[in-house]
Amino acid sequence: MNQYEITFIVDPVLSGDEIQATAKTYVDTLEEAGCKTVHFDDMGIRSLAYPIKKRTNGAYFCVEFQAANGEIIEKVELSLRRDERIMRFLTVRLDKYGVKYNEDKRNGLIGKKKEESKSEDSEEKGAEAKA
Amino acid sequence: MASRDDIKFLSNPNIGDKRKKYCRFRKYGIKYIDYKDEQFLMQFINEQGKLLPRRITGNSLKYQRKVASAVKRARHLAMLPYVTDNLK
Repeated sequence: MNQYEITFIVDPVLSGDEIQATAKTYVDTLEEAGCKTVHFDDMGIRSLAYPIKKRTNGAYFCVEFQAANGEIIEKVELSLRRDERIMRFLTVRLDKYGVKYNEDKRNGLIGKKKEESKSEDSEEKGAEAKA
Repeated sequence: MASRDDIKFLSNPNIGDKRKKYCRFRKYGIKYIDYKDEQFLMQFINEQGKLLPRRITGNSLKYQRKVASAVKRARHLAMLPYVTDNLK
């Protein structure tokens, strides 16, 4: 039983419903194949670091799921590749630390840590600026 | 006349001392590097978007490899650029 994570970028030219529907089809395909979806994350529309297919924005989605074996990955990747609405995708197998990290992130443990460190950083920067 | 002990600290003794570099992943027990967190990965690339060497970041080899693969994944997903100028 491995845990995987597929991140993909949907074309933002589609309407909001269509984007959601596109993302949903892949969650459904995974669930039909007997995978257990651990988490489905809608990361929203973000600007891309470089243009892909002449688009500068993209709707990011991340699906985390458990699969008994890797055969399903091939099938899903094939359909992602054939789908013109998908601009980019990436499948990653999570190790035990990755699984734990994602769990902590969902429980808000990691974001909190980052806020603290960020505020510290900004304080330090402020102190430097004053000095 | 000043004794030797006074003369010793006329110049700042801390100047020229090198701060010891350390691997932040080992120190803070970070085991997994998220490729979706581009703000975090920004600490390991220069303003052209290139990976910084270990001699600057102080990462241990194990975590430098993980940082490298995380940055490469982030680049594939257009979260970080492959080539750029004035990133920071």
